[in-house]
Amino acid sequence: MERKIRVLIAKPGLDGHDRGAKVVARALRDAGMEVIYTGLRQTPEQIVSSALQEDVDVIGLSILSGAHNYLFPKIMDLLKEKEMEDVLVFAGGIIPEDDIPYLKSIGIEEIFLPGSSTEDIIKAIKTRIEEKRKKEKS
Amino acid sequence: MDKKKDWERKNLEPYVKSSPERQKEFTSVSGRKIKRLYTPLDLDNFSYLEKLGFPGEYPFTRGIHPTLYRGKLWTMRQFSGFGSPEDTNKRYKYLLSQGQTGLSVAFDLPTLMGVDADHPLATGEIGKCGVAISSLRDMEVLFDGINLGEISTSMTINAPAAVLWAMYIAVAEKQGVSPKVIRGTIQNDILKEYIAQKEYVFPPEPSMKLVVDTFEFGSKEVPQWNTISISGYHIREAGATAVQELAFTLRDGIEYVEWAIKRGLNVDEFAPRLSFFFNSHNDFFEEIAKFRAARRMWAKIMKERFKAKNERSWWLRFHTQTSGVSLMAQQPYNNIVRVAIQALAAVLGGTQSLHTNSMDETYALPAEQAVTIALRTQQILAYESGVANTIDPLGGSYYMEKITDEIEEKANEYIKKIDDLGGMVRAIEAGFPQREIQESSYWYQKAVERKEKIIVGVNEFIMENEKIPTLVVDEAVVEHQLQRLKDVKNERNTSYVKENLETLKKAAIDNENLMPYILKCVKSYATLGEIMDSLREIWGGYQEPIQF
Repeated sequence: MERKIRVLIAKPGLDGHDRGAKVVARALRDAGMEVIYTGLRQTPEQIVSSALQEDVDVIGLSILSGAHNYLFPKIMDLLKEKEMEDVLVFAGGIIPEDDIPYLKSIGIEEIFLPGSSTEDIIKAIKTRIEEKRKKEKS
Repeated sequence: MDKKKDWERKNLEPYVKSSPERQKEFTSVSGRKIKRLYTPLDLDNFSYLEKLGFPGEYPFTRGIHPTLYRGKLWTMRQFSGFGSPEDTNKRYKYLLSQGQTGLSVAFDLPTLMGVDADHPLATGEIGKCGVAISSLRDMEVLFDGINLGEISTSMTINAPAAVLWAMYIAVAEKQGVSPKVIRGTIQNDILKEYIAQKEYVFPPEPSMKLVVDTFEFGSKEVPQWNTISISGYHIREAGATAVQELAFTLRDGIEYVEWAIKRGLNVDEFAPRLSFFFNSHNDFFEEIAKFRAARRMWAKIMKERFKAKNERSWWLRFHTQTSGVSLMAQQPYNNIVRVAIQALAAVLGGTQSLHTNSMDETYALPAEQAVTIALRTQQILAYESGVANTIDPLGGSYYMEKITDEIEEKANEYIKKIDDLGGMVRAIEAGFPQREIQESSYWYQKAVERKEKIIVGVNEFIMENEKIPTLVVDEAVVEHQLQRLKDVKNERNTSYVKENLETLKKAAIDNENLMPYILKCVKSYATLGEIMDSLREIWGGYQEPIQF
């Protein structure tokens, strides 16, 4: 049997708006994934170290504060540094559309804005992980 | 009753059989069941004088003032702040020139969390979610050229509310304006931080002490200031239903009153300075009913539970903000319409002050054009629609009165539950309100995804997204803020600052009212971070237990 998809839901930065993060965390769990939630106000270092310890397949970042252009690249750099580039990173929150191409260029798989459905997020994660696992087998 | 049965049998039933209704069950945005029709039969034993009365009279269901907007329109108060104090000062002057009637300060996250711009956690966050304030110097720039004796200012600040308020008082004094005449509000609602917004710093007990300190100090020294704005806004944004928003907010209010009375304060001295802050969501009638129920409930709570004698203690005065969480990134222009409907509900609900959200807030802080449309929405309601010309125009509607009663009843059940848990601080420690809100937010998301709730442009009527311009905060702000902080630290009398901080710590250990000590620190240009760190040393920090 394939191992369950393991996801770390993380709130980087100082904002305490965790509704989205918690709704997504619960929806992913209901969809059969193993979900770890970091809690609030995590530094990039803390997030990457939790991801490493928990051996996750996916990191979901949730942010509202506008600090994404600083915090997300830092997380991506740290993942590279720890040779964890195979971990898929998704993000969501209050993010200007103009910033999305840049965030994708640094390796974030997809950005989910307000109004996204948890079904879409689940589908995106499952599809990407399946593709990845197929590739690894072949 | 017989007539209604006749109607059902003869007219309704055959009709529904041949032409069924759109849904099996209709519910509000909060999931409250809604009947097909409301008639006088829904208002059994309805007593006009007992339930409604006249505006300006107990129980104030129809309004706290005898003339409502015929005398004075609500205060149009757009919540704003971004970048440096200079940037925000410019935005304030623009908004005032466009007819805004009160200021409302949005602080950035480092400020909300009580850390200075040079703190490692502040990197990336400076000036982003609001304006960056680290010391009195920043506050002086923020209000430069704005006479604090003439304008009322609301400040959305909680954990470090006492410090920012002290800075405001100090700026006023520097302008030659006495604290006795300045008007405004500090949000200062720490309980909702633990429940919903999560910008707490200290554990609940010392946080509550600090809030009561501001009540006590304010009632003597800054008598026209609202020392708290008990806020349901963030509770709703975190996913609460209308009933939960109302119940948890009023129960928070009860908690503050209890703590202040325990301190030995006379209820009628501080209660008139309590104010409230509610959300206005999409469900038009439910929201209006919520505001009406809120006024009636608070009047009863103050009169019966706390035996307040002063009529002003019975008044629930409130600010409203339209619902940020209801705005969508898809087809953002639709947000203008959502905001207009929500604003109309707030006005029909009798709000004293209103913030209308801007259509672009699902992407970033408001751009100038977007915030102008939001302000114009209020002005069109006020001057063109005619809705401000009569008081509580929906009063007496079978539907409105029935759901006002229902919401009151359900909210009272929650209040009772929290009383049984030993009060709000205890309920928060047990995770009760947090869990209830999470359940509601998850239910709502699922209802949207099952299309039981339609959101235009999101799960129906979908089309390719139109791009709109958004505000970009200049990165140069960071250097600018760091430089000013450095300058302040170089120019001030360091040993005097240290002495003031030590005295503050001692006063905290001795459990004295800290406001005079904080004021002294602020005036000597001790920074926000230094003052908060001094208190952190004594009280420690708070981390919530993780649950989802």
